[in-house]
Amino acid sequence: MRQRAIAKILDLAVLDERVVFIGSDLGPGVLDGMKKRFPDRFFMEGVSEANIIGMAAGMAMDGYIPYINTIATFLTRRCLDQIVVDLCLENLPVRLIASGGGLVYAPLGPTHIAFDDIGLLRTIPNMTVAAPCDAPEMERLMDCTLDWPGPLYIRVAKGGDPVISDPAVPFALGRAITMREGGPVLIVATGVMTARALAAAERLAARQIECAVLHMHTIKPLDEAAILRHLSAAGLVVTIEEHSAIGGLGSAVADLLVTRVDRPRYLRLALEDRFPTGYGSQDHLLTLAGLDIDSIVRRIAEAAP
Amino acid sequence: MITETVASAPLDSRSRRLRELVIDALEGGKRGHVGSTLSLIEILRVLYDDILKVRPSEPRWPDRDRLILSKGHGCLALYAILAEHGFFPHVELAKQCTPNAMLGGHPERQHIPGIEASTGSLGHGLSIGIGLALAARMQARPSRVFVVMGDGELDEGSVWEAALCAAKHRLGHLTAIVDYNKLQSYGPISEVLNLEPLADKWRSFGFAVSEVDGHDVSALRRVFLGLDYSHPQPKIVICHTVKGRGFDFAEHQAKWHHKAKVESADVALMRAALERW
Repeated sequence: MRQRAIAKILDLAVLDERVVFIGSDLGPGVLDGMKKRFPDRFFMEGVSEANIIGMAAGMAMDGYIPYINTIATFLTRRCLDQIVVDLCLENLPVRLIASGGGLVYAPLGPTHIAFDDIGLLRTIPNMTVAAPCDAPEMERLMDCTLDWPGPLYIRVAKGGDPVISDPAVPFALGRAITMREGGPVLIVATGVMTARALAAAERLAARQIECAVLHMHTIKPLDEAAILRHLSAAGLVVTIEEHSAIGGLGSAVADLLVTRVDRPRYLRLALEDRFPTGYGSQDHLLTLAGLDIDSIVRRIAEAAP
Repeated sequence: MITETVASAPLDSRSRRLRELVIDALEGGKRGHVGSTLSLIEILRVLYDDILKVRPSEPRWPDRDRLILSKGHGCLALYAILAEHGFFPHVELAKQCTPNAMLGGHPERQHIPGIEASTGSLGHGLSIGIGLALAARMQARPSRVFVVMGDGELDEGSVWEAALCAAKHRLGHLTAIVDYNKLQSYGPISEVLNLEPLADKWRSFGFAVSEVDGHDVSALRRVFLGLDYSHPQPKIVICHTVKGRGFDFAEHQAKWHHKAKVESADVALMRAALERW
């Protein structure tokens, strides 16, 4: 997914001379094609995230669309003040492409595990937060980035994730995609958890528990209308995310549901409010968090009406 | 080279006029950063009167020079000189910080003609200035970029990230300026977090360093007119200044860094100080 996102930046740079790329200290050879073809619009600025965000803001003030790539935790926590003041207050079209969203960097420990990125950025006015489900959807999302007006955070998954998106379904930022029509359970998922939601829905259907699956690739702005469309049929709403239970998709959906007189029951499947421990792999930590498919099926079955 | 605070140059009628405008703003808003504004006035005055190519009637003219006040808390000095140049009416000054005012306690780009970046959180301006300077280069515009920082601001690590970056990109049309008044909010820079040897630090980061009495209008003019903006080395002008300059009771006084409540007695004191010139 990351490779496709990065490669897409060169395609966009060919189309539009406003596109510039800024990396921090990425692996050797990243976007060499762009470096060769557009050396004036390729920047590799070292381990200096705060400076990079400010620099991107300055370029965007004078008409450029900077695409920044580095590891998600550093692209959020390290330079949050610059993101708030330089990008969001000014509402500038800078794209933050965050590698290793969620538990991807499990073996590298808590410094690299982005369990809080969505929550950190979702609270900032003007920021858009997106987490596509697979590489083809990432490409479709990248195609929308030239014209999107303000700052945009794009959470990138591990790569090699199962492809579940349908190229025939139009993609638009802020428009959720119904991946499965359902019954009394509505599952809202984001990022690569949508694939798990679909697999769980399949297994639950075999047990006569019908679930709709709504893929919320854009967490902010939240497609409230899409949720509300499914709500009349739903006795239970479930959110699934590879993120802390605080501040992410679940919080956004719960904020909406709590305002409804006809609110259904609600189940939040997310990471607990504690630092991940144990290393291993993304899958390993997801299983510990009860976010493997077996656990998702069990937890929804227990809660289903 | 100037190594001690000199800043003894006498202040002329224009400097006095700008301070009167600052008093108007303090009186109207009943608050503001006093000391940190007064050390800045001659620096900004010389830049806007003699150096910057800007068009007040067309604040976003693409070929303009850019000035970022990275020490946003000194904004009353910037507001005063921008009003003098006609970026907005003088009447806005006395409304600063009041409900629905154009001018706030820190400058905001979205609302104020002539403001190039919203500042107030320290350590942001030089990086934004780098982005503006790179954009000017990519677009082959003649724009130069000036970034005014406070001395306390140099505590921020992001300033030094930016310093490395500016030298790497050979941004000769980028000039950093330090309002070196030797006092930060809590007390003397030398005690809170010493910056010396400051000129050597910037030199080692690849900057061409100038030092000047930051209240000497002729000297400031000479320095800024003398810089070779086509030479690829980024510049820094370390301006030795006096916090509170012009209000004798506030000079060198950390307690006048910021006044959250400006009483009418304070205003009388300030006006009387100007009368003594």
